[in-house]
Amino acid sequence: MNGDLACAEGAISAGCRFFAGYPITPASEIAERMSIRLPQAGGVYIQMEDELASMNAVLGASWAGVKAMTATSGPGFSLMMENFGLGLMLETPCVLVNIQRAGPSTGLPTMVGQGDMMQARWGSHGSYEIIALAPISPQDIFDLTILAFNLSEKYRVPVLVMSDEVVGHMSEKVTMPRVAPEDLIDRPRPELGSEEYLPYKPNANLVPPMAIAGEGYHFHVTGLTHDERGYPVMTAEAQDKLVRRLVDKIRFNRHDIIKYNEFQVEDADIIVCAYGISVRIAQLAVRMARDEGIRAGLLQLITVWPFAEEHIRELSSQAKAFIVPEINYGQMVLEVERCAGDRAKTILVPHMGGSVHSPQTILEAIREAAQ
Amino acid sequence: MTANLNIESQSIERYLRQDRLPHIWCSGCGIGIALGAFLRAIDRATIDPDKVAVVSGIGCAGRVAGYVKLDSFHTTHGRAIPFATGLVLGNSELNVVVFSGDGDLVAIGGNHLIHAARRNIDLTVICVNNFNYGMTGGQVGPTAPLEARTTTTPYGNFEPPFNLPYLASASGASYVARWTVLHARELERAIAEAMIKPGFSFIDVISPCPPVYGRMNKEPKGLDSMHYYQEKSIIRNGADPKEADIELNGPILVGKFVDIERPTLWDHLRQVSSKAQEKVKAQAKV
Repeated sequence: MNGDLACAEGAISAGCRFFAGYPITPASEIAERMSIRLPQAGGVYIQMEDELASMNAVLGASWAGVKAMTATSGPGFSLMMENFGLGLMLETPCVLVNIQRAGPSTGLPTMVGQGDMMQARWGSHGSYEIIALAPISPQDIFDLTILAFNLSEKYRVPVLVMSDEVVGHMSEKVTMPRVAPEDLIDRPRPELGSEEYLPYKPNANLVPPMAIAGEGYHFHVTGLTHDERGYPVMTAEAQDKLVRRLVDKIRFNRHDIIKYNEFQVEDADIIVCAYGISVRIAQLAVRMARDEGIRAGLLQLITVWPFAEEHIRELSSQAKAFIVPEINYGQMVLEVERCAGDRAKTILVPHMGGSVHSPQTILEAIREAAQ
Repeated sequence: MTANLNIESQSIERYLRQDRLPHIWCSGCGIGIALGAFLRAIDRATIDPDKVAVVSGIGCAGRVAGYVKLDSFHTTHGRAIPFATGLVLGNSELNVVVFSGDGDLVAIGGNHLIHAARRNIDLTVICVNNFNYGMTGGQVGPTAPLEARTTTTPYGNFEPPFNLPYLASASGASYVARWTVLHARELERAIAEAMIKPGFSFIDVISPCPPVYGRMNKEPKGLDSMHYYQEKSIIRNGADPKEADIELNGPILVGKFVDIERPTLWDHLRQVSSKAQEKVKAQAKV
């Protein structure tokens, strides 16, 4: 099956029972699959009037106690940024899938891009931390969609699956194991009664337990800066306390969140750092470089946000250079460069989108760095 | 006597977050009257308050969510209805009420309003309609009558306004009413009916905004607006909402305009669900 369908199946396996979306190439197949599967599974599928509404409906469903998801691509992703921010502020578990196409604007609707990586991180206004995962295959998007739901429930944050058109549309074998209930994580729930419960009083891991509508808690939540009661407080002190916690709950738990894979990195002095579809081309390029006797390796970022900065720092004392192939004109490379500092060179291999890199382009960059 | 005491103990104060008072609304504002009508309507309709969820957008009326001691959501500008849509579809037992203003619901959120009405989703929308953006200083709103003065129409409003009852009914609402805040009893009854009514209900609540819209349109006190409503309101239940246009200083048609039976979104979704599950069973047999 293709990556879009695998994503939908992963969501169903993760316990997702609500999908609100708006048609957009190349993500529409996710919506189509969900419209078949959700009513079978006792869930609700709805096509909203736009992506603003889709993101909001997902938040509302999550507050009604249902695991909820939406899926989109570039132009729709831009519209979702508004209420992605509300989701962050209300600490609403949900999943947003972006099957990236090449932009800006309408760009190349049917063709691949990776140009939304920084928008994912900074696209909604204000200061915050997010979680974003980047799958490399249909199997991977199935698995990472489940992981995305688990992380979103555990940390009460909207989680992004930053995929791309090639992964979304390529067909490969996908194994869908029966997911055991103990493999699924549910949001922390209040242990106190409605009189003592404070909607934003965090547990030790900085995540507050979450009441849901209709249980008699009579809670209030707001997009305004708020205190532990959920009440708006318009002061710099309240802002400091809230924003620090929203950011720190991701930063402090980063070792649980950040995941990566390595291929032949142990002895490598040239390390290709890639994510999404580019990983698969980079893997080929690394193999070709090894054949030529170049000690090349590959670091695959599974979690792209929060960024694996400690690991890159560590590798920068071993590596001569990092090669960063991206289907954009340089986004994640800025993070690699920041973490590598002057200990290792950072070389961007950009591609403006519409197709993936050829392995030769990456190989040439490896060769050049090896000289 | 006992009955009286009972009524006393059923005061709406238990639905208010006392620790958040005083509220931010200006003297003479109509939002408090609309809020009181809503809270009394919960009891009048004998709805379990645990199952009531209130969703507001941004603006003066958007602050309602913050004062009610009910599950309440203060969301983004214009997006109360789609947020509420998720709540309704996530739990069909909830009684979801959207409480917001004309700018929030009809300008930035206008598209969501008409689509929610089209779907006939089980939702009650209370729209406090004061013809301007009060919170940001009185800029022109989508319902401001032609020629009305606002801080951004210093020469008089040059855009024709929306007729909200007509818009809601043309979009498919099952229940449409309009009252001014002078009609507090009628408003309370309308909200109670709307909350019980299956499908999409819309209530246009004409409300004063003394410090900005009122000041610029010869109604500087809340009481001036009340006099205007008293003189110019025409109660006509069952009237064609097409005739509910409001002109500057003109008559205000009020009443219950629409109360029809139409399958709701949940009615349709339950059919979808049983079709899907029959298909699964049929496949399992093969």
